[in-house]
Amino acid sequence: MWDYSKTVQEHFLHPHNAGPMDDANAVGEVGSLACGDALRLYLKVSDKGVIEKASFETFGCASAIASSSMLTDMITGMQVDEALKLTNKDIVARLGGLPREKMHCSVMGEEALEAAIRNWKGEPPVPHAQEIGKLVCKCFGVTDAQIIRVIRENDLKTLEDVISYTKAGGSCGECQDEIAEILDAELKNRAEQKKIA
Amino acid sequence: MKTIYLDNNATTAIASEVREAMMPYLGELYGNPSSMHTFGGQVAHAVAEAREQIAALLGAQPEEIIFTSCGSESDNTAIWSALQTQPEKRHIVTTALEHPAVLNVAQFWERQGYRVTRIGVDDKGRLDQDAYANSLTEDTAIVSVMFANNETGNVHPIGKMAEMAKEKGIVFHTDAVQAVGKVDIDLSKISVDMLSLSGHKLHAPKGIGVLYVRKGVRFRAFMRGGHQERGRRAGTENVPYIVGLGVAAKLAAEGFAAERSQVGALRDRLQKGLLDAIPDCRVNGDIENRLPNTANISFKNVEGEAILLMLDQLGICASSGSACTSGSLEPSHVLRAMGVPFNYAHGSIRFSLSRYNTEEEIDFVVSHMPDVIKTLRNLSPFKG
Repeated sequence: MWDYSKTVQEHFLHPHNAGPMDDANAVGEVGSLACGDALRLYLKVSDKGVIEKASFETFGCASAIASSSMLTDMITGMQVDEALKLTNKDIVARLGGLPREKMHCSVMGEEALEAAIRNWKGEPPVPHAQEIGKLVCKCFGVTDAQIIRVIRENDLKTLEDVISYTKAGGSCGECQDEIAEILDAELKNRAEQKKIA
Repeated sequence: MKTIYLDNNATTAIASEVREAMMPYLGELYGNPSSMHTFGGQVAHAVAEAREQIAALLGAQPEEIIFTSCGSESDNTAIWSALQTQPEKRHIVTTALEHPAVLNVAQFWERQGYRVTRIGVDDKGRLDQDAYANSLTEDTAIVSVMFANNETGNVHPIGKMAEMAKEKGIVFHTDAVQAVGKVDIDLSKISVDMLSLSGHKLHAPKGIGVLYVRKGVRFRAFMRGGHQERGRRAGTENVPYIVGLGVAAKLAAEGFAAERSQVGALRDRLQKGLLDAIPDCRVNGDIENRLPNTANISFKNVEGEAILLMLDQLGICASSGSACTSGSLEPSHVLRAMGVPFNYAHGSIRFSLSRYNTEEEIDFVVSHMPDVIKTLRNLSPFKG
């Protein structure tokens, strides 16, 4: 049994802002049925760039539903630019933690938010444009740039962490060597930067 | 809140008769069955009686029963023994559906240089019999096929498959952990060489298992040490649990026919009730050849863990083959081998019943399940 915090349980059993939004002017979608979780985030953004309303539809486990619910609470009333600074870590903190194996649910929230804001700005629906890197995990469609971002944002140290946070390498496992190389390079990078500092 | 336990393929309640029979051996009758004195000797009699009770349930001889610590130990031992006694043979045949206790053991031997054939299945989870027939070679040391599948409840044609192995002189092992006590198994009529069973799946406690080894089949011990179990499994006998398993086997043999029809009727009531009340769901498995206690049902476009946690709020215990429940990121290997589409595979729920379930419990589940699925479908971005 997963050890979910009280907050996760509450947001799963009584999700806030659930369901589609008729007057939304921005939508962000991530995940798929094949992957086992998916999130569609709806925003109503004012002319001044304030997120007036947010709602979600989620296919997934309790932590995916709770992460979506918490995300909509957090961003309501926020300036778009301010919201873009949020990461999955902020969602996890507000939820009172998530089991390591479920961290990818919070990453999904961050990616959906970014996709929705890009949609509002009229940009193409590719999350993390700078991240159209090389496809690493073919099963779950994760690129090297996405992996590097999540490693940096969450200060990840092990292959197992990267799998839990990005899902990359979690299916057939073929790309795990490649992920390990990416992680090694990042860890070296991090060590050198520390030296300089 | 009352617990409605529909997860009996995971583990079962210890029968009160079993518990009572065990109690003296957790108290005053603590002797070692190997001792020379009467105090230990009386315990040896209890172990012998349990051995007879288990043999009777299986249509076996008492000396063909080896007590182990669990089903996994039995599986490990069976494969180890077949490979060690036939070092010249380098091929293992098993299936894509096995429990990890066979799946991962086969993979271990594969890394040691053995060739492993894994028989695939069709969309109902039925084993490909042509592929099986073609897989048996002179190099094959052992065939290991589970008697019944833990997730779908499918019962495999073990008698026929064992006969085919026998014709080629190949050792045939079956992991019957899910089948013993639920379907008729008469080892005097089928040519199974080794069979694994586990106590806690048939109302005995966790921590006791059996490996049946047919008389005349070459055997090498996996656990070495003392002379217990006639040198075939070292370690002081787990007397209270052995006694408990014996009683559980006796209860299973006595109540077998009644239980099968009663549990089967409840399972059918549950399955029909859910399929009638909830649109877009399907049964996974081979309905004609299934354990009487198991129904694996997929609910389209919702995720299994979320269903389980909502059922948990109602006191209902079941399990799921969804990715999120296992800690892995993939749905169950059994459902994937069957090619269950993703929009159904992630929403699979296994209900597994026992003799202790009642009609009221089943009706409670049938009356609450539609709301659970409706709530989650309303949340889901995938419709239709």
